[in-house]
Amino acid sequence: MEHLHELVRQQWLIPFFPLVAAAIQSLLPRGQRKLSAGLTIAAMTLSCIVALRAFGATMGEHESARAVANFTWFTFGTTKVELGFILDPLTAAMAVMVTFVGLMIFINATGYMAEDENFTRFFCFLSLFAAAMLGLVIANNLLMLFMCWELVGLCSYLLIGFWFHKPSAAAACKKAFITTRIGDVGFFLGILMLYWQTGTLNLYDDGGGALEQAGRLADVAGWWGFSAATTIAILLFIGAMGKSAQFPLHVWLPDAMEGPTPVSALIHAATMVAAGVFMVGRMFALFTAESLAGGSTFALDFVMWVGCFTAVFSATIAVAQYDIKRVLAYSTCSQLGFMVMALGANGLVAGQFHLLTHAFFKALLFLGSGCVIIGTHHEQDMRKMGGLKKYMPITFICYLIGYLALAGVPPFAGFFSKDEILLETFHRSKTAWALATFAAFLTAFYMTRQMFMVFAGRWRGGRDDHHDEHGQSGHGGEPHEVPWNMWGPIAVLSVFAIGLGFFGHKYAQYLGAEAGEGAGKEIVMSSSVIVGLLGIALGYLMYGRKTMEHADEPDPLAKALGPVFTFLNRKWFIDELYEGTIIEFTTFCGTAFRFVDKFIVDGVLHTIVWLAKAVSQICRWVGDELLINGGFDAGCEGVRDSGGLLSKLQSGRVQNYFRVMSLGAAILVVVYFLKS
Amino acid sequence: MNVPLNYYLFLAALLFAIGLCGALTRKNAIIVLVAIEIMFNAGILNLIAFWHYKTFGTMTGQMFAIFAIAIAAAESTIGLALVIAVYRHYKSVDVDEMKSLKG
Repeated sequence: MEHLHELVRQQWLIPFFPLVAAAIQSLLPRGQRKLSAGLTIAAMTLSCIVALRAFGATMGEHESARAVANFTWFTFGTTKVELGFILDPLTAAMAVMVTFVGLMIFINATGYMAEDENFTRFFCFLSLFAAAMLGLVIANNLLMLFMCWELVGLCSYLLIGFWFHKPSAAAACKKAFITTRIGDVGFFLGILMLYWQTGTLNLYDDGGGALEQAGRLADVAGWWGFSAATTIAILLFIGAMGKSAQFPLHVWLPDAMEGPTPVSALIHAATMVAAGVFMVGRMFALFTAESLAGGSTFALDFVMWVGCFTAVFSATIAVAQYDIKRVLAYSTCSQLGFMVMALGANGLVAGQFHLLTHAFFKALLFLGSGCVIIGTHHEQDMRKMGGLKKYMPITFICYLIGYLALAGVPPFAGFFSKDEILLETFHRSKTAWALATFAAFLTAFYMTRQMFMVFAGRWRGGRDDHHDEHGQSGHGGEPHEVPWNMWGPIAVLSVFAIGLGFFGHKYAQYLGAEAGEGAGKEIVMSSSVIVGLLGIALGYLMYGRKTMEHADEPDPLAKALGPVFTFLNRKWFIDELYEGTIIEFTTFCGTAFRFVDKFIVDGVLHTIVWLAKAVSQICRWVGDELLINGGFDAGCEGVRDSGGLLSKLQSGRVQNYFRVMSLGAAILVVVYFLKS
Repeated sequence: MNVPLNYYLFLAALLFAIGLCGALTRKNAIIVLVAIEIMFNAGILNLIAFWHYKTFGTMTGQMFAIFAIAIAAAESTIGLALVIAVYRHYKSVDVDEMKSLKG
């Protein structure tokens, strides 16, 4: 433990390196591409080393070791505002994941963004994002967590809108920012309420921290008839819903795919969206407090059902998408739903473990899709791909590993972590478990569909004039394999996508809990394997037996499902629903308020202004012009006239003055004599 | 012989009147200065006369007279310097032509 207490004081180094890199990069001229990329990568490597050291130290300790370092940020009056760092297994594992996956993504990005003229700006934002995300991970204080939370949101906004000259990207970044902001209102209220109830925002503070008081909060009345702990937990979870793209605040995540693909991999698959899940895991004591005290389990149930619904809902949408990145985006939503559901089913370890494995294989898939996009000269429509197995063998193999991991095929990483989630859910609620298993089936199906559409069959692209802008690269319309700095990282990630699953039990012990045991393990495991294989088989039957020949050929699933397919393809018309209700309502309110403002408020205002003007006009005529100006002018005239008279006396002849003076003296003398 | 005080006073008044007359009527600035000096000396003569007849035996009157002579010397120096400066400017010492301070 002593060792941990020393190490926790060095936790600040983890976000420090990327922050310094970002600061330097912001000053670099545009041309310094190599230096900029080098700085980012070097800073991330240093952070990764520090994170690994901390991770190694927590591994050696006994279960659930924790060290914190709090310090005062500033004081006003008698209130001290504190910040703090934490080092515990949850943080250490997350920090290693973020730095390592981030490093891989940065290396890949040097290839993906190679042709972009704003290369330096891109890497500056990436560094800033890494710093904010790592700050979030090591925070032992909700205030610090919230600040970093907002910073990652800002970086997400900047990076989604990186190609801001595209109207869709500009709209997407605004949408992401505003939608997550709705969640953040809840988060902020939760923080305020927590501070009000406990008087501190430190999570752990030798028994005085907010989480250490969670048990007490379970007995304090909150809002809506719940205990304070549950109320705060739900408010915090609303923030997590925004960040982790849970229904109904999921709409921003698919649109966020307008950003460069490494951004999608880093922010919208591996790290930032996982921040919501991580935060819930961090604050888990509040979620469980009331149910541990024997009260209502509403906080957990709410979390579980939101996650469960999102998992199924997003999976159904992913089935009917054509854009390679959008499939992955909805898949991310769905997988985040799994994690959230696991947390709601009281499976902290399962949720956090899936977070880690998912980060690796989803980053792998996103970077793989980035390679595909580069390899096919910026094509994202899966209908215009096909046959890439032949052209891009390395990317294909890595993507295949990622696909198997996501589809939940043993022994790949996704299988183990998803299995634990399903098991936890099975213990909690059979309905949720059945729904989640259905989502797992859909996952296997839509990923199989994607694999066959992208890699199997024959090349269907290169027929339109889209390629003219890239034609000069000399490859013509043919796809090509990507350079080593793009496939290298995904090859490394694929090693983890294979192997990470075996560490599930270790991870559970490491977090100080036991997982993966209990009744129903056989049912859950066999059913998940069966539905996974069923999904793959169905995908093969529909897409694999006879691959698409032309890009404009109808989708076999569209033929099978008919209007339902359109419904799914249009994402359950959620965007249209929001457009028709919330946005319409907001616009209506805006118009109404404008009317009120223009005719009533402005009317009153204008009347008052008119009256004031009239009064002042009268004052001007009567008071100012007539009395004051007139009187003053008259006075001035008098002074001037008298001055004119007197000036005649000033002849300038000194002898004149002397004469007058002498005359005066003589008169004085005469007067003197007459009086005496 | 014993000259009464009044004789001195009359002489002083006469000198003063001559000086005043000169100062008021002559056009030459140097003559005006000379006339002013005469008025000064009339004043000093008064001082000495009163001293001699009223407080003889003390030093007060004599000291005042010497101070007044010294001041008159300084005054006439300044006056002459001014006249020279005026002459350089106007190429004349006619006091009637020095009227640029006219209101």
